[in-house]
Amino acid sequence: MSYMNSVPRAWRERVTKYRLIGGRCKKCGKVFYPYRGSCPRCGSDDVERIELPKRGRVKYFTVVRSAPAEFKRYEPYVVALVELENGAIVPAQLTDVDADEVYEGMEVEGVLRRYREQGEDGIIEYGVKFRPVVGGGGEQ
Amino acid sequence: MGKVLLAGVGATPIGEHWEKSLRDLMVDASLNALRDAGVEKKNVDAIFVGNMSSGYLQGQEHLGSLLATWLGIPGVAAHKVEAACASGGAAVHDAFMAVKSGLYDCVLAVGVEKMTDASTDQLTSALIMADDQEYTAFAGFSFVALNALVYRAYMDKYGAKQEDIALFAVHDHEHAVHNPLAQYRRAVTLDAVLSSPLVADPLHLLECAPTGDGAAALLLCSEEKAKELGLKPEVEVAASALATDVLSLHDRDDLTTLNATLRAAERAYKIARVEPKNVDVAEVHDAFTVLGVIHLEDLGFAKKGEGWKLVKEGEIEAGGKIPVNMMGGLKARGHPVGATGVYEVYDAALQLLGRAGKNQVEGAEVALAQNVGGVGGTVAVTILRRVR
Repeated sequence: MSYMNSVPRAWRERVTKYRLIGGRCKKCGKVFYPYRGSCPRCGSDDVERIELPKRGRVKYFTVVRSAPAEFKRYEPYVVALVELENGAIVPAQLTDVDADEVYEGMEVEGVLRRYREQGEDGIIEYGVKFRPVVGGGGEQ
Repeated sequence: MGKVLLAGVGATPIGEHWEKSLRDLMVDASLNALRDAGVEKKNVDAIFVGNMSSGYLQGQEHLGSLLATWLGIPGVAAHKVEAACASGGAAVHDAFMAVKSGLYDCVLAVGVEKMTDASTDQLTSALIMADDQEYTAFAGFSFVALNALVYRAYMDKYGAKQEDIALFAVHDHEHAVHNPLAQYRRAVTLDAVLSSPLVADPLHLLECAPTGDGAAALLLCSEEKAKELGLKPEVEVAASALATDVLSLHDRDDLTTLNATLRAAERAYKIARVEPKNVDVAEVHDAFTVLGVIHLEDLGFAKKGEGWKLVKEGEIEAGGKIPVNMMGGLKARGHPVGATGVYEVYDAALQLLGRAGKNQVEGAEVALAQNVGGVGGTVAVTILRRVR
């Protein structure tokens, strides 16, 4: 599919994805990812563009055991909704951890990692994955 | 404004139709609906084709003209309608608007999906396109994975148990046994459901709707047109409403309610002038067991957090408080994604027409069908009523 093998697309998305660029609604206070011009909760257009913190906790997670074609060779792997320190929720993969060691509330930090490749000769797409914080809290 | 009448319904069996193409399926369903209505094809003046993934799965778009061509009625207004798994419900909504507005008099709402041309991992790639390609698909989420997160959130919030929620799949399979069009006409035990392989924890394979091929069609007519053609339809489309919510879970404050269901249902109940307690039978979009439970709550049949109790206490069976998915639902009738919304209305109509066989809910006057796109980014609600 052309979307998967698009160089301009990966280039266009790089800042938002590498640095986690989100938004903060000045009206209702919702913090969200990715950035856009209107608040997903209240619809206000008074939204500030911010770089999100890289630490947070696993809110919900699951193990993908039947993956889309682009991720087939990585299964099983863990995907999660990560709630960052300022309340923004980011959909991301977890890394450097076994599936059976993950729990809700686990403290994690973002690291830049490989997500998918545009075929054998295409470019490699990177983004933020989250790994457990060494010595981090979060009661099991 | 006059009534929108349901003049005829048609569908193909759902399954692995190796010998039939996408176009064969939608032509078959359309001709079945026309035959059922006793209406010649030349009377059709518009077609709305609900389909999710023909571009990705068949390399084929432009389904409106394709269907008009293969039906032999080029010239009609026709186009494809896409809203992920709610494409069928969206097609019904458009057909309803078309007739209700007076612009068209005799309209086909068709839903079609041909899924078995693709491998499982290709299908998984196609289905996650219902969510946000740039963010959730990018991160490797499958569509099942997103619903697994909803499952976790629901059990966390309400303390519901998986063995109670998973009963939804058992219910569907029991009823599919007596549906000649169903993909899986056999009963399953709760034990079988919970011991089937995990697809995305905690969702087991037998808690997820299967993939399959199928097409369904409805013929909607204005009162004037029905009179002109000498038809006396027994069922009217009393309401069709469609609503959206933010596309993805990471934008939502609560994962355990589909706001789009609340909105679409509120509108549909208002248009049809009925309340949840007036609904005699419902078809809900249980692509995953936990979603079936959530729908019972969001549609107003159960309190929040208690939908699973209706299932456990037998209240969604014939004779219960609200009979649900009496023809097998998504889990066992089948879920050819873009066609499902039309199958749901088809199954609801069979109840009002007294054609549901062993699954008949006696004396049903009002039926509701709810069709969900993505994880609730779109919901279409249709209410049918026997013509009085």
